Formats: sequence, C-alpha cells, structure tokens
Amino acid sequence: MLSRGKSLAGPFFPVIVAKMGNAEQIATALDSWAKLKFGSTAAVTGLKRLSGGASQETWAFAVTGTGPDRPLILRRAPGGVSKARSSEAIGLSMEADLLTRAASAGVPVPPVLGVSEAGTDLGQAFIMDRISGETIGRKILRDEEFAGARKVLARQCGEALAGIHSIPADALPDLPVSDGLSQLAKYESIYRAFDLPRPVFELAIAWLKANAPEPLPSVLVHGDFRLGNLMISEEGLASVLDWELAHIGDPREDIAWVCVNSWRFGHADKRVGGFGDLPDLLDAYAAAGGGKFSPRDIDWWEMLGSLKWGIMCMIMYEAYRSGADPSVERAAIGRRVSETEIDLVYLLEGVRNHA
Amino acid sequence: MHDAPSTAEMVEAVKRFIDDTAAPQLTGHAAFHARVASNVLGTVLRELAERPAAEAGEKDRLVALLDAGPDATLDALNRELCERIRSGAAGLSTPGLLDHLKTTTIAQLSVDQPNYSGLARALHPRG
Repeated sequence: MLSRGKSLAGPFFPVIVAKMGNAEQIATALDSWAKLKFGSTAAVTGLKRLSGGASQETWAFAVTGTGPDRPLILRRAPGGVSKARSSEAIGLSMEADLLTRAASAGVPVPPVLGVSEAGTDLGQAFIMDRISGETIGRKILRDEEFAGARKVLARQCGEALAGIHSIPADALPDLPVSDGLSQLAKYESIYRAFDLPRPVFELAIAWLKANAPEPLPSVLVHGDFRLGNLMISEEGLASVLDWELAHIGDPREDIAWVCVNSWRFGHADKRVGGFGDLPDLLDAYAAAGGGKFSPRDIDWWEMLGSLKWGIMCMIMYEAYRSGADPSVERAAIGRRVSETEIDLVYLLEGVRNHA
Repeated sequence: MHDAPSTAEMVEAVKRFIDDTAAPQLTGHAAFHARVASNVLGTVLRELAERPAAEAGEKDRLVALLDAGPDATLDALNRELCERIRSGAAGLSTPGLLDHLKTTTIAQLSVDQPNYSGLARALHPRG
C-alpha cells in the first residue's frame, strides 16, 4: 500500500487472524534460531502477531532462559515467501541491509540480529531488537511524559536524517530512484486518471512544475520519515522505523515530509512534526554533516508532500469507489483530501507573498 | 412528499444509535469502524446544512472569475478552471483566483473536517 498512514489506512481485516499452524511453525523455527544464537537454554516466548499488512508480517516475541527476557521483533514476508509487491516497497533483505547500514551511520535503529532466507523454516525474514517507546503522534505531542522529548526532537531528527543521507547511495544499486519531478509526474498521472478535477491540486501542480529547484546530488532517502514511523521515548528519538519506502533521491524530500501539516497532528504552529522548529532541525542537520538548507529551501518539497498525501487519500477512496474495498473507512478518507487542499492553499499564499 | 422526519432527523437518529447504543457494545475494529461511521454521518449532517449556500457562492465566484454564462453547471465551471490553470491561462497571479480557492476550500473543510488544524490556520491571518 502506498504510504501507510497507519491510523488512516491500516489494512485491518486480514491481519488479525494468523493461522495457528503458521504461528506454531514460526515459533518452532524461532526457537531453533534462538538456541543457535543465544545458547541451548534459550527459548522463545510470547509470540504474537502485531500488525501486518499487504507487504510484510510483523511479530513480537521474547527470548527467555538466558538472563533477562530479550524482547525481539520478527519481520517476515507473508507465508515466508516474498511476493511481487507495489513497485515502491523494498524487500525484506534490503530493509535488513539498510537497518545495518543506518546503525553504522549512527542512526537510531534496532540492531538486526539475524536474517533468514526463503526456503528455510522461517522463510524470508529478519529479526531485530524490540525498542520500547511510543509511535502514536497525538500521544507524543500531548502527553506530559514526552515533554522533554519534544524539546530535543527537532535537532535529533536533523541528526538522524544527516546520518541516513550520509550512507553511500552507490552501495545500494537495487533501490528505486525517485526525485521530486518524477514523483510529481507520477502523482499527477494518478490524479488525472481519477477524472475528479480539483482546482487547488491543479494550481499546486502548475506551481511546482514552474518552480522546481535545482536537483542536488542523490542520497539515500528514508521516504516516510514522520511521526507515526518514529519510536519516541522520554529522551526523544529512540528508533527510526518503516524503511519500506526507502529510495535514492533528494535529501530535502525527507526534511520536508516530517514538516507536512498532515503529520503535525493538530499542532500546525510547529512546522517540524507539530513539535519543533525547522531552523533547529536544519542547524543540527548541517552540524552533523548534512547540507546547509534554509527553511525556504524546504517549501517546494513540503508542497509536493501535501499534494502527494492528498492524492494518496484519493487512491484510498478509489478503493471504495471501484468496489475493491467497500469499508466505511475507505469511503470516509475521500473527505480528508480537503485537509491537504487547505494546506496547499496556505503554502501557495506563502510563496505568492514571497514572490 | 412528506418530510417528517426530515432527512437530517433520520440521520441524527442513526448517528445517536451508533454513538449511544451500538458503539459501546463493540470492540476492536468494529468499534473503530463505528466511530468512523458516526463521523461520516456528522459530515452528512453538515453537508445537508451547508452545501446549498456554499455551492451557490462557489458558482457565483466561478462565473465572475471565468466570465462564464449563468447556465453553466458547477462541474463544468470547475473543469474549465482546472483547464485554464493547467494550460497556464490562469495561475497564482490571476486576481481573485487563490482567494476563491481559499473560500471554497474553507467551506469544503467546514463540512468534511471542521476540527482540522489547517482550517483554523486559514481562518486567522498569517502571523
């Protein structure tokens, strides 16, 4: 599925009921793995399907019998077999590779402890530490326990993004390549195919085409760096999750995506994720070795981000309109497109006033 | 045709049933979808109240903006506006265009998602 705003778009129905036979097979395979990894007294406990989705299964479990219980996560291709997915989502072995490279670059990510290939008992999968914290945007922005985290999070995001963007892109030849104008062209064609004309989108598309910034040298882009995909503890950024939309592209795309108002969860006055100020993120980004950008450099990409999310909402509504998914949720999301239209109007007013 | 109960009264009755009776007995995804369903009915109620006047205003503005005849449908007017923006005949510097889009979007969002943060921001001058 295209970006996966979890609370909006989670593919809920098929994922709850994992077949018991499947779970037993996984538990047995994990138990063997744990004994090899941690010693013969190790055992697997508490295996539970967390979420899932079109592309990957996620399971929580713990290894016991070797000291304190060690909470772990299994990421696994459905049925252990990798299937053709949307052209956007990367595969599991690539995801494990990226997590390992990100850890080496100083990005907070869960350590990968094991990788399993197709054809084994576990199937195509990898195992990583389970980091504790909160991912729900509204709680992170509201709850008192995250008050300290909110103060440092913009700078931590800048440092993490600088780390991600420092990972040599030429070592990742299998990642898709996608820059700003190619994304604009792709989303415009999707929008046109719906034949649901929206003048605000037309104006945003026209302005983005006429004002595209000079391209920068390509970097590894996380592709979905925003609240919801960041594990936050009381100290701040504990882990960067959800690497499935990683690609080679422009570093400003990641910086802008966390600024898109749809991910500020009601706190529109704080440009970075509803918690921070963009100059703080940009200062930390440059100090950590990233490029030097001004907030104005991010405007074009934030507008592209709002447009993309609006068209993603149209895609989800299209699942209702076409009859593919008759749920009330898919119908309702069609009435969230106007959220991105008001944000685009605001951004267009800003660039008009600066012109 | 009779109008007692009115459309709005019938939708209100169903929404109240979901909120007060059905939703509290549901758990998990069914409870989530009941909340979504209730929100959809809230949208329907706002739409019943607001769409006629909002569309009349939208149409008046489009007729003036496009110098169109009064018989054109709203859909045709919006398609014409989209075509002019796409072709470059209208754009950010066209007098009244962005203000029209802002007014129209505020009306749309007041129906769709009246609590969205971007709506409050649009209704107050840029600080």
